[in-house]
This record gives sequence, structure tokens and C-alpha cells, in this order.
Amino acid sequence: MTDTPLSLAEADSTLFARLRRWWSGETATPVKRVQFDRPLTPWMFLLPQLAVVAIFFYWPSVQAVTSSFYLEDPFGFGATFVGLDNYTEALTSRGYMSTAAFTAFFCVVVTALSLGLGLLLAVKADKVIRGAETYKTLLISVYAIAPPVAGLIGMMFFDMHMGPFTQIAAWFGHDLRVGIDYWDTATALIVISVWKQIPYNFIFFLSGLQSVPVSVREAALIDAKSGWRRFCDITLPLLAPTAFFLLVINITYTMFDTFPIIDVIVKDKPANNPMTLVYKVYLDGFKGNDIGGSSAQSVILMVVVALLTVLQFRFLERRVHYG
Amino acid sequence: MAHLSLTNVGKTYGGSAQPAVADVNIEIRDGEFIVLVGPSGCGKSTLLRMVAGLETITEGEIRIGERLVNKLDPAERDIAMVFQNYALYPHMSVRDNMAYGLKNRGERKAVIEERVAEAARMLELRPYLDRKPRALSGGQRQRVAMGRAIVRQPSAFLFDEPLSNLDAKLRVSMRMEIRKLQKRLGTTSLYVTHDQLEAMTLADRLVVLNGGRVEQIGAPLEVYRAPASTFVASFIGAPAMSLLDAHVENGQVMLEGHALAPVAHAAGPVTLGLRAEDLRLTSGGVPMRVDHVEELGAQRIVHGTVGDQALAIIDTSEALLPETVHLGVAPSRVHLFDARTGRRIETATQPVAVPAE
Ligand SMILES: Nc1ncnc2c1ncn2[C@@H]1O[C@H](COP(=O)(O)OP(=O)(O)OP(=O)(O)O)[C@@H](O)[C@H]1O
Ligand SMILES: [Mg+2]
Repeated sequence: MTDTPLSLAEADSTLFARLRRWWSGETATPVKRVQFDRPLTPWMFLLPQLAVVAIFFYWPSVQAVTSSFYLEDPFGFGATFVGLDNYTEALTSRGYMSTAAFTAFFCVVVTALSLGLGLLLAVKADKVIRGAETYKTLLISVYAIAPPVAGLIGMMFFDMHMGPFTQIAAWFGHDLRVGIDYWDTATALIVISVWKQIPYNFIFFLSGLQSVPVSVREAALIDAKSGWRRFCDITLPLLAPTAFFLLVINITYTMFDTFPIIDVIVKDKPANNPMTLVYKVYLDGFKGNDIGGSSAQSVILMVVVALLTVLQFRFLERRVHYG
Repeated sequence: MAHLSLTNVGKTYGGSAQPAVADVNIEIRDGEFIVLVGPSGCGKSTLLRMVAGLETITEGEIRIGERLVNKLDPAERDIAMVFQNYALYPHMSVRDNMAYGLKNRGERKAVIEERVAEAARMLELRPYLDRKPRALSGGQRQRVAMGRAIVRQPSAFLFDEPLSNLDAKLRVSMRMEIRKLQKRLGTTSLYVTHDQLEAMTLADRLVVLNGGRVEQIGAPLEVYRAPASTFVASFIGAPAMSLLDAHVENGQVMLEGHALAPVAHAAGPVTLGLRAEDLRLTSGGVPMRVDHVEELGAQRIVHGTVGDQALAIIDTSEALLPETVHLGVAPSRVHLFDARTGRRIETATQPVAVPAE
């Protein structure tokens, strides 16, 4: 059941493309029509992809929606239909609401920081001509690290006894206790998540920057003396499509793909730790054995993310100039 | 508006031993239209971009007006540039494209509006002021780029092959527009092209570059009538001047053993330059075997060989051509170049008529 939110994240890239097409009213008109002798042949080609989507995306979704209306026996002996009880319970519980609040906070901070730092590094890298390759490789290589490993590396940095970050904090007179203190844990989560996501944003921003025509930059050089003005008036608007794409991707990342990082940091730790909604779905469902409640939560999550994505397209993409 | 002076200007790109531009000295008068012309890779763009500030100056000095600009940012040089691919800001309307530079200089709103309106009127861009560049045709974009330059009222306009992305017909009409506009505004202009026809028609003075060095500076007709070297001779004028191995004997230029015209020059080998339009078909004279004929309607270009050297003549008669024709040329239209260095040899029989400036 818990693979629902995870597979949602995986399916996100196709979702993104589909939504965008749907929103801009494009239809996929084939340039060239291929005629098949048998009407079944094209379906045969489509079958593997359709099967993957159905098995890993639609089926779990349907399962999640169904079981969210049931109260499941903790030992798996049966389920009772309880209507919307699971939903009302989730939405009125204090734990759920505080996790939701933290998720929103986490989402905003991580997205803002990883986009901001990614852009900053890309702008700097774009200026460097010599050594740019090494610089790029070094930055990008972080992206090759799997999230759980990133979590572990982060964990080492924040280790209570020998983590360098803990020591640095100690110099400033702060006793950093990741996994125990709520905000210390939150800080660690944010730092690791941002660090993990920067390379992704960096790659896209860098290629976005490099696709700004040289002559346009030169024209701006003649028109405006201040580099900051040129950046705000010319570079940034031309990067807007990239930034919009990254915004959508980053929000999904913070909501779903940070799961392994959170898992490494808060697993087997005292209960009062910050976590995102996705992690709570997993915790309540698997650790708490509350399949019904957890399903209701994941359905709520699906709806929220869908709404969020639609809103972004509706209000932001309008203002984005596709060059 | 200002004069422009380039003193011993040179440029060597980092990592290359050969200078891309070397020893360029040009004094450009206020309001003059200078065209930099030369084959691909000869350093025209490099030189222009050094004036613009887009390329560092590794040697020499550039002054705009009285100001030494070597170390100034492009935005401080009081120049405007028109790029080959227009370089319009794709996310800004035509109006904003033109106004952007002025806004950054802190011009008053009223002034900006007035100048944009004036430029739009001059360039017939008024219907498009609110459009984005991508909704314009190539010619319209080019005009917006011109407008963006005009509104700044700079000391100098810099053009880097501004017409080479347009089709042939539009190129001719835009060429005339640019010339008219520049005359009206009286702004000093530096214009880069590799199209010698464009160079001839636009320039007050031509600067012919070869391998980063100046071959010749002069009014178009001056360069045409008295090319300083075989390089200039073959570059300016279409069809290209025929360059042939010849020698002087007894005060006569001898081409493959036939006397062509009298010249006042010591005996010895020379490179003989003959323009197709200066050659005439005569009954006697140097025999040429006709190879093929290009019919252009008003005239025809006859390609042939004297001995084994290729030659072209423009012929306006419509007579049927025999297999072998005979050529003649007025002695004043014979160009001689040093057989070794390729430099022009001035001879007394070649009075160069240069129109008064
Ligand atoms: N950034 C650079 N680094 C190194 N060499 C360069 C650079 N830009 C140009 N060059 C070299 O400098 C020389 C002059 O180039 P430039 O662009 O000025 O030629 P051009 O006369 O404008 O040619 P074209 O008519 O093809 O535009 C060329 O040999 C070119 O290879
Ligand atoms: Mg060039």
C-alpha cells in the first residue's frame, strides 16, 4: 500500500508532461501516421508501458482509495467499512496537522534553498570558463549518490559524538542533538535534502544559462552597466521556463523523494521528531498497522499534490515566457 | 557624435600565438561611415568588438571622442551595436527592447517615450511596438535592432554584418535605409561586412583587412581604381580583377609575348591586373581563347585564356563571338603589382581620378 506515494513520485515526470500538454491544449498530432495491418499491433507495443503504469500507479491508487474507507483489523483478519471516518480522524488529529504544517514548512524552505543555491552556483559556474568542467563534475557528482546513502553521509556529519557539524555547533555554544531535539533534527533534514537536490537544479540552471544566446547577453552588456540589473532584467526572465519546471520537480522532491533521508535520520528515534506527510503515511501504515488511516492520508496527499500542480500551471506558467 | 581613433590596435586571443588583429591605425571623422571589409576570419568582428568593449584590447588605444575607452565597460562607451542575429530581448516587447538601454541610464520617462516614438516613426515600427520579437519578420526585427541603437543617440553606431541574415532583395533595400538614416542622423558608424558590394555602396571610406592587418584605407572608388595590393584588387569589384603574370619590356606590358599597353616602368616581371569592365574586344591586340560565356542580359561576361592564364571580359555587344577574340585596354586602366610582394606599382600613365570629398 505504501508504494502509492512513492510510485506517485515516479510517475510524476509523465504526469508533468501530460498535464502540461493538457493545459496548453496541445494534442499529440503524429507527424507521420504509421499504418498497422492489425489493429492490435499498436496495443502490443503499448502494453509493457501500460502494464507498468497500471500495476505501479493505478492499481495501488485504487487500492489506497478503497482501503481508506475501511477500518482494517490490526492482525489482518478483516476490514469494516467506516465511510469517511479515516479522513475525519486524520484531518482532526493534532499529530497529522502538525506533520502537515512541518511538511509545508519543509517544502518551502528546501525548495527555496535548493533552487536558490543551485541558481547561484550555476551563475558562478557559467562565468568560469577555465576549470568549468571540473567544477561542474564535482557539483553534479552529488546527484549520483542514492538518497539513503546521502542520508547516511548526512547522518555522519550530524553525528552526536563525532559529527563535524555537531562540533561546529558546539563552538557556537549550541548542543546539536539530531534525532532528539525537534528543530535540530529539522535542520539536519533540511541541510541534507538541500545538499542532495542542489546538483539537479544546478545542471538545469546551467544548461538554461548556456542557452541564453551570447549576442543577447552582449546586447545587454551594452544596455546596462550593472551586472545585477542584467541578471534581473534579461537572464532571469529567460530562465523562467527552467525555473518553473524545477519548481514543480523540487516540490515533488521535497514531498516524496526525501523519504529515504528522513528514514535514515528519524528511524528508531524517539517519537517527537519532524517528518513529512509521506513518512507519516508509512509510519502509521506499517509501524502503526493502521492501513485504513494511512490510506486515507495518502489519498489526501494525492489530492493536495494534484491541486498544487494544477495551481502552479494555472497561475505560474501563464507568466513564464517560453522562448 | 564624435570622432573615433584607433592607434596601433592589436588583439591576440589567449592561447593563440598569431594576433587576430594587428597594428590597426584608423582615424574616423565625426559623422563618417566606415566599412570594414575582408574575407572570413580576417578579424573584422574582433576589431569591431574591441571598439564596443566586448573584447579586451591587448594592444594600442581606442578613443571615442577624446575619451580613452580601453578600460571602460561597453555600457560606458556611449556606443550602440547592431548584431547579425539582431540579439533582441525575446521576452520584451519592441517598445521595451528599444527603451531598455535608456531606462538603465536613468533617462526621464518622457524623454524615453519621445525617442522611442521618434525611432518607431522613422523605422515604420509603430504598428509593432507592443509585439514580442518572435512575432516579427526578419526585416522587422532588423529594424527594431536599428531602433534600439538609434534611441540611445550614441557617439557611434557599430554594425556587425547586420544584413547577412536577410534575403537578397531585402538586403538591398535595408542597405539604402541604413545609409539614409545614418546620413540624416550624422552618427559616426563602423560597419562590418564581407559583402564587397555592400561595402562599396555604404562606405564613405573602406578599410580592407587581410589576416588582421589593414591592406588599404580609402574611399570606395579610390580603392576600386587604385587597389593597393593584389589582395585588395581581387577582393573589391565583381567579377574579380584578373591577375596575370606579365613582364615589362621596352616600356610595354607584355602578356604571353603580346604587347598590351605602354607603361612607364623598368623592365622585369610584374603582376598585371585587368578589370573585366576595362577590357574591350578589338580587331587586333592580345588574342584570347573563349572558354565560356555568362549571359547576364544587359551584358555578358566572357571567360577565356591567354596562353594558360584565365581572364574575364565584360562585353556589351550582342555579336556572335569567334573562338578567339582580341583584347585591348586603355593604358590608364592597366594595374601593375610587384610580382613578389603583390604591392601596387604606381606608374605615370595611371592618373587616378579620385572624387573630391
Ligand atoms: N574567442 C576567440 N578565441 C580565439 N580565437 C578567436 C576567437 N574569436 C575569433 N578568433 C580568431 O580570430 C580571427 C578573427 O576572427 P573574427 O571573428 O574577427 O573574423 P571575421 O573577420 O569577423 O570573420 P567572419 O566574416 O567570418 O565573421 C579568426 O582567425 C578566429 O579564428
Ligand atoms: Mg564576423
